[in-house]
Amino acid sequence: MTVPTAPTAPTAPTAPTASPAATAGPAGARETPEAVFDAAVAADERIEPRDWMPEAYRASLVRQIAQHAHSEIIGMQPEANWITRAPSLRRKAILMAKVQDEAGHGLYLYSAAETLGVSRDELLDKLHTGRQKYSSIFNYPTLTWADVGAIGWLVDGAAITNQVPLCRCSYGPYARAMVRICKEESFHQRQGYEALLALSRGTPEQHAMAQDAVDRWWWPSLMMFGPPDDESSHSAQSMAWKIKRHSNDELRRRFVDICVPQAEALGLTLPDPELRWNEERGHYDFGAIDWAEFREVLKGDGPCNEQRITQRRRAHEDGAWVREAAAAHAAKHGEATR
Amino acid sequence: MTTSDWPLWEVFVRSRRGLSHTHAGSLHAPDAEMALRNARDLYTRRSEGVSLWVVPSAAITASSPDEKDPFFEPAGDKPYRHPTFYEIPEGVRHL
Repeated sequence: MTVPTAPTAPTAPTAPTASPAATAGPAGARETPEAVFDAAVAADERIEPRDWMPEAYRASLVRQIAQHAHSEIIGMQPEANWITRAPSLRRKAILMAKVQDEAGHGLYLYSAAETLGVSRDELLDKLHTGRQKYSSIFNYPTLTWADVGAIGWLVDGAAITNQVPLCRCSYGPYARAMVRICKEESFHQRQGYEALLALSRGTPEQHAMAQDAVDRWWWPSLMMFGPPDDESSHSAQSMAWKIKRHSNDELRRRFVDICVPQAEALGLTLPDPELRWNEERGHYDFGAIDWAEFREVLKGDGPCNEQRITQRRRAHEDGAWVREAAAAHAAKHGEATR
Repeated sequence: MTTSDWPLWEVFVRSRRGLSHTHAGSLHAPDAEMALRNARDLYTRRSEGVSLWVVPSAAITASSPDEKDPFFEPAGDKPYRHPTFYEIPEGVRHL
């Protein structure tokens, strides 16, 4: 039988499309799992949980997704610090919604990590015992109300710059979680910018408070993109696997370029005397980052490392009775399906 | 009891009337009622849904990716199931 070319997509959305895994067909179907995996990554297909994947790919994803999930839930703390002292009911409702979102983002990401064969308890245990990390940025304190604004604008802004390319990550469940998260992060950044703008346009004291917050959060925000490319241990492999799409330095440059005009519109300055437009490169030049500080905080000697983990453990232990009660209720009514 | 002891549930959201439920993600919960409440808080914080289903993940039977080729093969050589397979003279309408 003559097999004509496959129908095209517009009129037949369910038409079979040529995928690298499928093109091998019955004849060439006995390709090695590595070859199938490599071809899928090369063709920008997504890897799904039950596909074969190299152990190092799996381990790298677990490390990155776990760190990301931990960052979301630890990130609730510095901002929750200001919920009871928000300057208005409007700001309070916004902040509560934002902190609740961060909890949700943590849950999406823990679910994604679990598809790789690790359990939720194992991940939480590694967080609580310091065997898995979270973003260093959350080891800085929120000293004033303006810090809530600065976190929304700069920290969430940096996170978005990092996360948008992750929506195209080669691992399906991670990419899908990121799509959902990115949609929700946009509100986080805008509410922070608006809060800072209100302060910047307020009394001289309020303006000074906003400036002080930006002065303290700017450099740690730039560190969020991770070490420079030539010192980043995981970058090259992650990019080859299409977990990451852009290098640390590339994303950092992009973030600086975005922030400079936004700071101008805020009427605030960024604390870097070397920050200036470079006509030739088409980017802003900026000063050297204090990587010694970064390593210090990463190592555990930041201003709030101890406090964050202690609080996290306490919250987990204090919630034990709720988990037990829910389990007892489920057992009593015989609804647990396990 | 820990969250790992809680079963995993798959969450399906109907975004508005007239559309089918679509898989949104998963969560742990001790029972179906808690799974529904958690699903509401986790997946419909911005009015993304008008109806939710929660299904124990363990109750789902999936085709294995290893069987992908032979399992879906029967459809692979039947392009005549698609309307674009057929050649129709130009100018013929409503077909």
